[in-house]
Amino acid sequence: MQQNGQSNNAGVIVSKLEDLTNWARLSSIWPMGFGLACCAIEMMGSMASGYDLDRFGVVPRASPRLSDVMIVAGTVTYKMADRVRRLYEQMAEPRYVISMGSCANCGGPYWEHGYHVVKGVDKIIPVDVYVPGCPPRPEALIGGIIKLREKIDGESLIAPKGLINAMKQNA
Amino acid sequence: MPEVQYSYHKDNLAKSEPNIYHKGNLRSEEMVINIGPQHPSTHGVLRLEVVTDGEIVVDVVPHLGYLHRCFEKHGESVPFNQVIPFVDRMDYMAAMNNEHAYAMGVERMLGIQDQIPKRVEYIRVLVAELNRIASHFVAIGTYGLDIGAVTPFLWVMRDREHILRMLEWVSGARMLYNYIWIGGLFYDLPVGFEERCAQFINYLKPKLKELDDILVNNKIFIDRTANVGVLHRDLAINYGVTGPMLRASGLKFDLRKVDGYSVYPELNFNVPIGKGEKGQLGDCWDRTWVRAEECKESVKIIEQCLAKLHGEHKRSKAFDPRQVVPKKIRPKAQDLYVRSENPKGEVGFFFRADGRSDIALRCKARSCCFSNLSILAELSKGHMVADLIAIVGSLDLVLGEVDR
Amino acid sequence: MKSFSEVKEILLSTFGEEVILGEGANSTPKSLLVKADQIDLVCKELLQNPGTYFDLLSCLTGLDNGPEKDTMEVIYNLYSIPFDISLMLKVEVPRKDPHVPSVSHIWSTANWHEREAFDLLGIHFTGHPDLRRILMPADWEGHPLQKDYTEPERYRGMETVRNEEE
Repeated sequence: MQQNGQSNNAGVIVSKLEDLTNWARLSSIWPMGFGLACCAIEMMGSMASGYDLDRFGVVPRASPRLSDVMIVAGTVTYKMADRVRRLYEQMAEPRYVISMGSCANCGGPYWEHGYHVVKGVDKIIPVDVYVPGCPPRPEALIGGIIKLREKIDGESLIAPKGLINAMKQNA
Repeated sequence: MPEVQYSYHKDNLAKSEPNIYHKGNLRSEEMVINIGPQHPSTHGVLRLEVVTDGEIVVDVVPHLGYLHRCFEKHGESVPFNQVIPFVDRMDYMAAMNNEHAYAMGVERMLGIQDQIPKRVEYIRVLVAELNRIASHFVAIGTYGLDIGAVTPFLWVMRDREHILRMLEWVSGARMLYNYIWIGGLFYDLPVGFEERCAQFINYLKPKLKELDDILVNNKIFIDRTANVGVLHRDLAINYGVTGPMLRASGLKFDLRKVDGYSVYPELNFNVPIGKGEKGQLGDCWDRTWVRAEECKESVKIIEQCLAKLHGEHKRSKAFDPRQVVPKKIRPKAQDLYVRSENPKGEVGFFFRADGRSDIALRCKARSCCFSNLSILAELSKGHMVADLIAIVGSLDLVLGEVDR
Repeated sequence: MKSFSEVKEILLSTFGEEVILGEGANSTPKSLLVKADQIDLVCKELLQNPGTYFDLLSCLTGLDNGPEKDTMEVIYNLYSIPFDISLMLKVEVPRKDPHVPSVSHIWSTANWHEREAFDLLGIHFTGHPDLRRILMPADWEGHPLQKDYTEPERYRGMETVRNEEE
């Protein structure tokens, strides 16, 4: 900007439409608060004042219909599996899933004798980012969200994920 | 990418947890509202089937089991000292208290409870009381969040972060510690911990007063919680309710004083009981007030422990917190029931050992929140739906312990 | 302050030797073995007798002794708040089709504890107002805490073990 307030480009920015939409989407990821167990407390801790997630644009929402990402924080049991699937179906595209904690990744400490524990939430819904830890530190969850932002950055407007999945299922 | 294996059918939900109330047993003016397992203020995965007549609650049926993680099966398949991480994850807000109860139980079975060094006992009480403050903070903070007060939640999470950082300095983990071992501790306290803890206590005392001013004595909070969910003392005992809920109904019953386990007989503290100051005796306000007062009593206990750890039971090079940890845990054949005062109530473990192996034959966890939740239907009949949320918040539930 | 022998005397004088079968061995707190179908009368007496007044049922545990011994047990941990005494009662039933009278009309704690014992072990409590599964899904087959329980291969299409891909 020059000193008299005028700019060189006359106020016109040229960019790819994909970059702009991806930038808009990754800057305001709104998760559905889906805390199941101990990882939920660390998720609450990372949203509170110590490790503020609001500065990344992450505002927890109560309903799945208006959220972008589902952070599955905690152990998924067989009784809860039906509900997890239903909530995932209720989210609107584009939607992402972060699997937080080792119980949601692979069954966690209950892998051997847990008869009621689903060994990993990716048996129920497709997962985008896995955050390891038991429970993961708030910094680890922030790292997971940053990784999700990098993933969204590489998305393509012409071939959105939902359409590709639907075409794969029909093929 | 692992494949999704779940097979969908529209009857899945009804088959796995059917509703009790359906068109056949409802009157025409009643309706069933489902406060489902995913809800911002059910404190976890709890499903409430609420039958209402307009806005007044007629019946509440809690549905549990959404977090049943098979603790008792692990207790029967895994050696005693390896169960400590699973015990942590039952009541994950107050993990040190659970570990304390479990370790006390196995030590009594082995007969080594008198050989535990005094310094170990004082450190156990110190971390247990720090965890009690952290647990009550979350209880009060999330209760305020349910009612609609966001600021106290942020203030208590900030103070809880200090406690979590100190416990991480001691044990290596922020929330699920695996620190209190059978016969001792994992490590001694780090050098400089006693001074840092004393600084923290001095920082915390005015914050407790601030919490009182902003939430517990706040007029809106009093209007929302006074005279709501009144719990009579005899009903509470019959339903097995223990802990701050029972003390708020007027009964002075604290297992730290009654049983006098660990080094609590040598410490000087009061037991706050509800007085019905702002409403009837045993309402939601009394329970929150009792929890806030217990934080102040815990601060007193921590100061006395720190004095002992600086004085008589100072750290020394020769002290090894694992000196009494047994190499082989093989208790004789017996049954044992041990109980201790968790921040939420009486947590008990029933063991059956058969004398031939280092794996328990049966390890049952008596969880306080399970019995505390069973009284919800009685408490909320006749109240409105918003009061139901206030009552659920005052029960201070942790679903990991309800479902184990 | 009551003691265990006084409580045992009161029970023996009320019920006799056929119901109170003796003391349990090696237990903390001390325990009494009770005949299975009289347990609700014994518990009612323990609550209502002003000499004992066991008003808090701390814990109700079901236990499976395995297919060799072929018995299941139910263990009641009682505590009396005014008298400060703990007591354990043990009841033994056969493993095939176990039935125990319910005590949920005496202590309301027992309502949910008995539902849990039924859910995880398969012990039926006669007279219980609402005996159904509480922790496991309603269409789960089997009772998981029995000693010879095997997990199903799949539930809702999901495999119960995690096979790592290459």
